[in-house]
Amino acid sequence: MFIKLVGPPATAVMVVAIGLAVAAPAMAQTELAGSWAARNHEDALERNGGPYAVDYAGLPLNDEARVRALSYSGDVLSVIEHQCGGWPPFYLAQGPFGMKIWNETDPVSGTTIAWKIGAWEDRAGTTIWMDGRPHPSKNAAHERGGFTTGEWQGTTLVAYTTHIKAGSIRRNGAPSSDVATMTTHFIRHGDLLTVLEIIEDPIYLTEPEIISKNFQLDANAVSPVGPPCVAGYEGVGEGKVPHYLPGTNPSIDELTKFYGIPREATLGGAETMYPEFRKKIKDRFVRPEKCTQNCGAPPPAPPVPPGNQGR
Amino acid sequence: MKQTVLFVVAFGALVSAQRGAGPPQTPKAAAPIDLTGYWVSIVSEDWRYRMVTPAKGDYQGVPMTPEATKIADAWNPEADTAAGNQCRSYGAPAIMRVPGRVHITWDGDRAFKLEADAGTQTRNLRFDQPASKAEPSWQGDSLAEWEMQNAGRGAAAGAPRRGSLKVTTTNLKAGYLRKNGVPYSEDAKLTEYFDVVRERSGDELLVVTSVVDDPKYLRQPFMLSTQFKKQADAKGWDPTPCSSSW
Repeated sequence: MFIKLVGPPATAVMVVAIGLAVAAPAMAQTELAGSWAARNHEDALERNGGPYAVDYAGLPLNDEARVRALSYSGDVLSVIEHQCGGWPPFYLAQGPFGMKIWNETDPVSGTTIAWKIGAWEDRAGTTIWMDGRPHPSKNAAHERGGFTTGEWQGTTLVAYTTHIKAGSIRRNGAPSSDVATMTTHFIRHGDLLTVLEIIEDPIYLTEPEIISKNFQLDANAVSPVGPPCVAGYEGVGEGKVPHYLPGTNPSIDELTKFYGIPREATLGGAETMYPEFRKKIKDRFVRPEKCTQNCGAPPPAPPVPPGNQGR
Repeated sequence: MKQTVLFVVAFGALVSAQRGAGPPQTPKAAAPIDLTGYWVSIVSEDWRYRMVTPAKGDYQGVPMTPEATKIADAWNPEADTAAGNQCRSYGAPAIMRVPGRVHITWDGDRAFKLEADAGTQTRNLRFDQPASKAEPSWQGDSLAEWEMQNAGRGAAAGAPRRGSLKVTTTNLKAGYLRKNGVPYSEDAKLTEYFDVVRERSGDELLVVTSVVDDPKYLRQPFMLSTQFKKQADAKGWDPTPCSSSW
């Protein structure tokens, strides 16, 4: 590993090397290690409590995906075999939690072999291999967290994930297949970290799904693991698989009822991602007079002055 | 030994000097990324707050103060229109979230012009402080700076420059973060980072990370990141006037 340098020619090589080292800046990488608090100001309902059962607006689903999504019942998560299945790695940007990031280094050179993102109860941890190893054969096992490699593009870490188990691209059953891939950009600006996910799925998406989430460096430690998942009886009997047959999903008009959003928007498709779609639905959108469902928590009450507590 | 050390330092200084030689570049010449062109909104987040006008009282996700909640609960789009304030939801802290297209061009060597077809708004992102303070406006005063990323040691000769555009906007006329009256005050400060990333298909994406600080109406900074896809041309460019209700 070490090269022994002796004599005048070696001195010259070393001189040139040191000279270049003095002149060149450090490698253009960014420190990502730390605890990052989630800032769920966008898609707040989806990232916290979860989306409406039939809300695929802004998702570039194809027809097959839509049929599968409409057959999904959230009760399937109570089937004992599914309780600890967890969500695909897309959930990093779709879930409520912050994240703990750390790196594993070569003990001799100090170079980063892998970046690690801690797990949650319902999301597998992520290992982003930085040592140039190839992705496995397409026939290799597909894991909940997938297989991820990374490279630096300037100070942005770009990770590429394959070998993801089939699951959901949104937490309401909009499906993702086992050939879906995800390219993730970790873009840091000071104490802000923007995580951009580009999800491609030739089985269920007509174009990439692109979402992002903001994190902020936090002095409070984020756990690298969630609580253990312990499966138990949740009311779904053995042999039952909750689902909806075609045309029977009872939630299909929830967004229309609560927010006046036309059904064709709630069913998603690539056109719902683009500005032109507004013109298409303008005449059919009816804005409710007042928000009645999931309108946002009111701000906390002002603190009680000292001496008044408990009265 | 002393000679060797001197040689090392001199050689390093020489290499550094050669890299830094010449007069300072203009912001246009120093640009590490190309922001120019037409970019279309990708509305994959906050759909019901962006693609349609949310109902009064629907302010999920915004860390509002009690005072802000009172204002939002009193939202009256007809009154805004009557008062000539139909552009309240098209100010700098909101305009990048309004579905549409933005057209970014250089305005000389030291400023960007960012036009939005939604509301027919224009932002001037200047690399120099304005000579005098203007009246507060929907788009305010935006100061731009490049945040350069060095390609670093080991990078191939001629490796592409990388970086981001940071824009700080103040001197705003009070407006709405969302169409349904969620307010920001005239004291709000908007900080944005413009990054360009490339998809595996080769398509370019613009990612705008924004932070609105407003102690009057926000309990904590309001953070969003908004995506646009680059277009080859002006297809779909459709300037429309501001609307208080749609």
